[in-house]
Amino acid sequence: MMQKVNSRNRQGLSQLVIPLAALGILILFNLIRGIIIGDLGFFSIGTRVNNDGNLVLTGNIISIIDDASALAIIAMGMTLVTAACGGQDISVGAVGAISGAVYVRVLAAFGLDHITFPGVLAAFAAACLVTIIFTLFNGTLVSVFKIQPMIATLILFSCGRSIAYMITGSATPQLNAPLINSIGKTIPGIPIPTPIFLVIIMGLILTLIFKVTNLRLYTQTVGINQGAARLNGINPTLIKLLSFVILGICVTMAAMIQVCRLNQLSHKTLLDAIEMDAILAVAIGGNSLGGGKFRLSGSILGSYIILMLTNTLNDMSVKPDSIKAYKAIVIIIIVIAGSPGFKSKISNLWEKIHGIEKKTVSGEVH
Amino acid sequence: MTVKATSRNSGNRQPMTDTKLLMLIAIGIFVVMYGAAMLFIGKRFLNTQEIFNLLNNNAYLIILGCSLTIVMIGGGIDISVGGVVCLSAMSCAKFLQTSGMEGVPGVIVSLLLALGIGLLFGLEQGFLVSYLGIQPFIVTLAGMFLSRGVTTMISSENVPIKHEAFLEMKKTALQIPSVGKLELGAIIALLILLLMYLLLRHHRLGRSIYALGGNQQSALMLGINVKRSRFLSYVISGVLSGLAGYIFIMHASSGKTSIGLRSEMDAIASAIIGGTLLTGGVGNVFGAFFGVMILSTIQEIMAASKVQESYWQEIASGSMLALFILMQSVVLSRRGKKMSLPAWIKFKKE
Repeated sequence: MMQKVNSRNRQGLSQLVIPLAALGILILFNLIRGIIIGDLGFFSIGTRVNNDGNLVLTGNIISIIDDASALAIIAMGMTLVTAACGGQDISVGAVGAISGAVYVRVLAAFGLDHITFPGVLAAFAAACLVTIIFTLFNGTLVSVFKIQPMIATLILFSCGRSIAYMITGSATPQLNAPLINSIGKTIPGIPIPTPIFLVIIMGLILTLIFKVTNLRLYTQTVGINQGAARLNGINPTLIKLLSFVILGICVTMAAMIQVCRLNQLSHKTLLDAIEMDAILAVAIGGNSLGGGKFRLSGSILGSYIILMLTNTLNDMSVKPDSIKAYKAIVIIIIVIAGSPGFKSKISNLWEKIHGIEKKTVSGEVH
Repeated sequence: MTVKATSRNSGNRQPMTDTKLLMLIAIGIFVVMYGAAMLFIGKRFLNTQEIFNLLNNNAYLIILGCSLTIVMIGGGIDISVGGVVCLSAMSCAKFLQTSGMEGVPGVIVSLLLALGIGLLFGLEQGFLVSYLGIQPFIVTLAGMFLSRGVTTMISSENVPIKHEAFLEMKKTALQIPSVGKLELGAIIALLILLLMYLLLRHHRLGRSIYALGGNQQSALMLGINVKRSRFLSYVISGVLSGLAGYIFIMHASSGKTSIGLRSEMDAIASAIIGGTLLTGGVGNVFGAFFGVMILSTIQEIMAASKVQESYWQEIASGSMLALFILMQSVVLSRRGKKMSLPAWIKFKKE
């Protein structure tokens, strides 16, 4: 029994080998490049005094972790939805725009000149509510009507930003209150950007939920075999809907971070194209896109890898439009390194070198 | 199998497979929608040329629908098609403008270039998905990034085509008197549609793709070369996307970076509306064709109607899409209930 548990743990951790290796190689690459060109600016961490007179941490690494916050939070929700439904929600960007629109609308109703803490809280709650309604719409299509997730979410993907426009109109209100800055940038007195804390809080809350409840087990069961889950007394519809509710909360949080960071709302560009990055983060983290077992830490790591990669390419002064091509090549290399075909070839090679006889069962299909 | 079993039972009343039913629903929706457009909007839709315009404008999307259907029947997905369309269109435009190869050879070489680009992407993605066992979504997402990125490296501005032989070929069209004009691109798209139907229906490769999408393990047990079939399905998809890019510039006669933006989503949606399941093993290219027609008719209706603001148009087309998807789902689930009701049929058969 003890052995079984151990091997299960090891298997779970081996999922993180590829993302960790990718992160390590990226850091090493930047280190070597920095030494060669004689400028280690990539790793510089310094402090400066911002406009409000507070001491804040600056530097490349900090800004990467800070920029990845919205993506990391959405990737967490996406991991759950992927695990439960075996498909991805491609409407997160558009729903995020709706969420941001509601947030700003409620803040504006309280008055943009004097934004108070209760006002922000109420706006967050309202945005959460509306977003959950929209993600539940997706969830209902997926779980009750049994439509494939990508198609069900295609509806909001194509018209979500228009709904956001309907909520706010063409106005792009400026949010310049100190409270907004302390959500999107830094709290006075604390040098670390707030979004980083929000990621940690969100991660802790989800981890706590998984520790206290059986949600992780149930989600994985539904993702692996829905029929078997139902026969074991788990309600697959409920679990799927729950995963969409959590995604809704994550999307609201990400939208709030992004709105507060940019100090304004633009329904066209808020969380633009984040759905692809979120799915990518889930996959780079070693989670199966077909549902089933998952690791939140993998997805979070995946989102940091994506941002670090983008930042590295920016640093090498690649044209912004062409970054995608290099990104694609790196992604292909990462997934090849993590692919079952490649792994088995490597282990065959390893065994040949060490003269161990092959014990693996042949005829495995991918 | 069910078809055989019950056809013995009740003469000419064969129960339909889900694919056929979904395709019939798609055809029905198209007819109803077009009829409604004729009644309420009139003018533009009463003209028979309008249907041909739908075909002319969406020829590339029809081909993409075919390629997505084939990949999805095999249980995979290909979201790189839009990017590959853009890359092949852009490189053909650039080639025709800068190479200085005049006349027919220029046209032929540019066509080969388009097909070659598609083939390269197909080979790469097929190899990664089927021989290395990587998730198709990620591989083709990388393909999408790669093709879009390389396109901007070729040119980030509009590249108008002024190649004479190419423009001459572009003018070629089938003129049916008093009915309308069908462009060469649309004719090619319809031929490809027929070809892919025959491939899926009557060729060994097509049947293998159905088998591996339905149940990979059983397909392997039947002695089907699963990996090769899957590999070839991606290669076909890649080549068709390259061709679609060529057909796009035949219609638009200029290359730009915004070509085919989100067309992968349109292609997936049309394949699904036409009755292809993302889980694989079920599907029909003609369904995808009607899916494309439905989506483009929605757009035409929106363009023709009084609604001016673009955000209302998007919301309306989104809700129409929602309506169709829901209708499909409801019809399918109702059907399942009806099928299970008459238990005595099963009795008699034994």
